[in-house]
Amino acid sequence: MVDVTDKAKKYRSVGYYPGCALEGTGNGYDVSTRAIAKKLGLGLREVSNWNCCGAMEVKNVDPKIQTYLSARVLSQAVNEDRVDVVMAPCNGCYHNLKKAEHDLAHDPKSVEVVEKLSTKAGHKAYKAGEAETIHALDWLKATVGEDGLRERTKGKLAGLKIANYYGCMYVRPRHIFPEKDQGPGSESTSQPHFMDDLLAAAGAENVSFPLKTACCGGAHTLSDSDTSTKLVLNILQAAEASGAEVIATECPTCHTGLEMHQVRAEKRFGKKTNVKVLYFTQLLGLALGIGPRALGIHTNISDSMDLIIEKRLI
Amino acid sequence: MPIHEKSLIRPENLKTHDNLVIEGIDVSGHWSTFIESRVVTDYNENLEDEIAAMPGGDKIHRCWQCGSCTNACTVNAIEPRFNPRYWIYLIRMGMESELLRDKDIIWQCVSCHKCTHICPRDVEPEGVMKATAHWLTMKGYTPPSPSHIFDEEFTHQIVQRGRIEDTEVLQNFLRKTKQPLMQDWLTAIGFAIAKRLPVKWGIKMAWAQIFKPKTRGWDKARIALEDYIHEVESEQKAVIAGKSKPQQSHAPVREAAE
Repeated sequence: MVDVTDKAKKYRSVGYYPGCALEGTGNGYDVSTRAIAKKLGLGLREVSNWNCCGAMEVKNVDPKIQTYLSARVLSQAVNEDRVDVVMAPCNGCYHNLKKAEHDLAHDPKSVEVVEKLSTKAGHKAYKAGEAETIHALDWLKATVGEDGLRERTKGKLAGLKIANYYGCMYVRPRHIFPEKDQGPGSESTSQPHFMDDLLAAAGAENVSFPLKTACCGGAHTLSDSDTSTKLVLNILQAAEASGAEVIATECPTCHTGLEMHQVRAEKRFGKKTNVKVLYFTQLLGLALGIGPRALGIHTNISDSMDLIIEKRLI
Repeated sequence: MPIHEKSLIRPENLKTHDNLVIEGIDVSGHWSTFIESRVVTDYNENLEDEIAAMPGGDKIHRCWQCGSCTNACTVNAIEPRFNPRYWIYLIRMGMESELLRDKDIIWQCVSCHKCTHICPRDVEPEGVMKATAHWLTMKGYTPPSPSHIFDEEFTHQIVQRGRIEDTEVLQNFLRKTKQPLMQDWLTAIGFAIAKRLPVKWGIKMAWAQIFKPKTRGWDKARIALEDYIHEVESEQKAVIAGKSKPQQSHAPVREAAE
């Protein structure tokens, strides 16, 4: 069992690693995460002069370059910003930082490459164990928590039917997330529930959704669009069949993938779906009384304003 | 090791006869379908080493052929020919010509990590798929796949500047794969957002196009990475030329997934 109060204190002020996606297509996620932090009085210190973590592409050129890129981000956080917790809302970033942590703790060859590249690049090499990487879900679950949300939101999301979609990189592969699957209070890799818990605390009705950790084909959104469209359409249709009005996301690649291929499925396959797609931080922001524009909802591709007005979330 | 996935039987090897009697027994019709056996004579004994030298392939020697990867596979569910277990088998047996029959789909792995998650032998099949796709292009068996082009464009931007810029990745990718920038679905998305976006955003996007996002003081890292990539590529070429052996991963096999 993990000590909850200890975490609540530790995560109140964390290093924040937005990553490339949150600066670009996933801007709504960045804006809403910062807005929530401000509202809840949580400290976010952006990792200074960060670089890309390697996303899903660099490992295909060489996996150790990805380990180095992620290790440099952690090195910046530890050595420049003096933080020991790095919060990454993007699943890709979160996954890669966790993967680097795992590789540096278990694979001597990775340590060797990271040390060599770090020395040549002129910065201190990151060593396993110097920082803890957490997801935005871990961060909110430990700080404000379900009780805090229940108190602050007064069940504002009541009547909103949500399918919680976690995607691949948050749960797989299991071995890079040693803190998951540790029994009560920890996250599950087969049936993740942190997002469900937070949204339920804000009053939402979570539908039973079988494709929580299905793949959206995000890595091939552009390079193999037909496959991505098929995978996304499956997720959208399953969400609708489960009775969901909105899909809550916690990854910018999944989010953009769902939105883009929702349009593409209609244009190319003639399959129209009406389910909305919002970041879980946007939904929690609405529940906390923050306005849609301040949560970047107008920068999403799909237009969710009708639903937001209908459910009296403004 | 028997191969029993039904999709692996090739249609041309299925022999059904309308009228055939052998030694007085009638073997005509569907119920007496024969499967002609395959004979493989050309082996590439270096094949497993070649794949092991590619990015992500260094744990292939651990495979036990349990088939959990294929069973869990996202792509297999929509394309039955996509069969990681079978390809790992062919690679370890050195059956290059058999592997090449599927050369045009191997790159389609979407990196969902379901295989790596489930693998009891810690093979990281996802990495093996990427390694195999990389190998196909390196040996000249396939032109660079769209995914390969995307990876290279993406990595190039990171090596050069430390960060990527979405619009530039999209534009360069479409240009390099000879696709029009104006595609019905992309323009539909563009119009949908343009209606709602404030002017501030347009300015921000244009700004990012001109002054690309960049990590400060990245030059030393760029040189280190360029040197490293060059080093890795020379090692890979040496293994393919048979002049060197790849470094197999000696990291311990993790405990099997429950």
